[in-house]
Amino acid sequence: MAHINLPEGLPGIRGPMAFRPETAKPLNQLAEVLLRSENSLTRGERELIATYVSSLNDCFFCQNAHGGIAQHYLQCDMSYIDAVKKDFQSTSISEKLKSLLAIAGSVQKGGKHVTPEQIAQAKFFGATDIEIHDTVLIAAAFCMFNRYVDGLGTWAPQDRNIYVARGPRRAEEGYINFDLYK
Amino acid sequence: MPHIDLPKEYPGIRSLFMFRPETAAPLNALVQILLHNPHPSLTPGERELIATRVSSLNNCKYCATIHGAIAKHHLHNGDVVEIVKVDPDAAPISSKLKALLKIAGKVQLSGKEVSSADVDAARKEGATDLEIHDTVLIAAAFCLFNRYVDGLATWAPDDLDVYDRMGKQRAEEGYLTPPFKIQPKP
Repeated sequence: MAHINLPEGLPGIRGPMAFRPETAKPLNQLAEVLLRSENSLTRGERELIATYVSSLNDCFFCQNAHGGIAQHYLQCDMSYIDAVKKDFQSTSISEKLKSLLAIAGSVQKGGKHVTPEQIAQAKFFGATDIEIHDTVLIAAAFCMFNRYVDGLGTWAPQDRNIYVARGPRRAEEGYINFDLYK
Repeated sequence: MPHIDLPKEYPGIRSLFMFRPETAAPLNALVQILLHNPHPSLTPGERELIATRVSSLNNCKYCATIHGAIAKHHLHNGDVVEIVKVDPDAAPISSKLKALLKIAGKVQLSGKEVSSADVDAARKEGATDLEIHDTVLIAAAFCLFNRYVDGLATWAPDDLDVYDRMGKQRAEEGYLTPPFKIQPKP
């Protein structure tokens, strides 16, 4: 049961967002810019960063919601997403994305964990300043979203296929103006 | 030195806001609502104390010092800010705020650390659902801001007077007005 009285029937972040629409608005705008707006990182790559950080934070709702969206963009199966979460170095993603996921993993522990060597590695593989910036901010943002979702004790459907099935629609609707109740 | 090429005349998160205005807009809109806009029951000073405490737990010099300075200007009391950074239970603040700061401290560790007992304790001191919600979101948001500021290795002034001036501006104007330039260390 959630720690506060949230609108019924809404899983994960949708409960607190319906409870407090004033803060939901900038939160969704942030997600839209970071994960969906024009960027040299693909939407799939950015959703993968969000999924990876949410998995490090052990947030069931966020890692499956964003994993489902990433799976749709990347046209892969769940085992591929799980492999990235478990050991991205051994997957077929680009060296640049690996170097960015390493930075995201450090941000999850704490901002000071990011090293100049990690940044140099990412730049070596062609990452731009904007891409490094956005990686750090996506990782930091999910350290917020994950805490928001779990800190209020929200509930989440346990069947992971539900999130996969929702992925295409969530990808199409985006983060602004989507209906919290659908 | 920052990890990426940032404008040098703005410290901390301000350099990041200048670098990427597209993400600055929703981030500033969020803190404006959480910390500055009128709230039914938590004062701006109380909310800034929550932000300061979490930033202090995350060891983020820039955020802890600037939000401490903003809190000081709201509360007209710098001593309480310094005590809250280290040990909220020892501070001359309400029992309700102490209970909320305890929840904020749990959120800093992880969302899953917040227990029903923590929430019940806050309720017993009169905390409302909205206050508990906002406490969790302020704490979570500063887990973002602190990581953003330190994850890109932005520079933080050493001069406390600089924070005091910036803090006065934010306490009076909120988060949506442009910052003034600061001369970085040579």
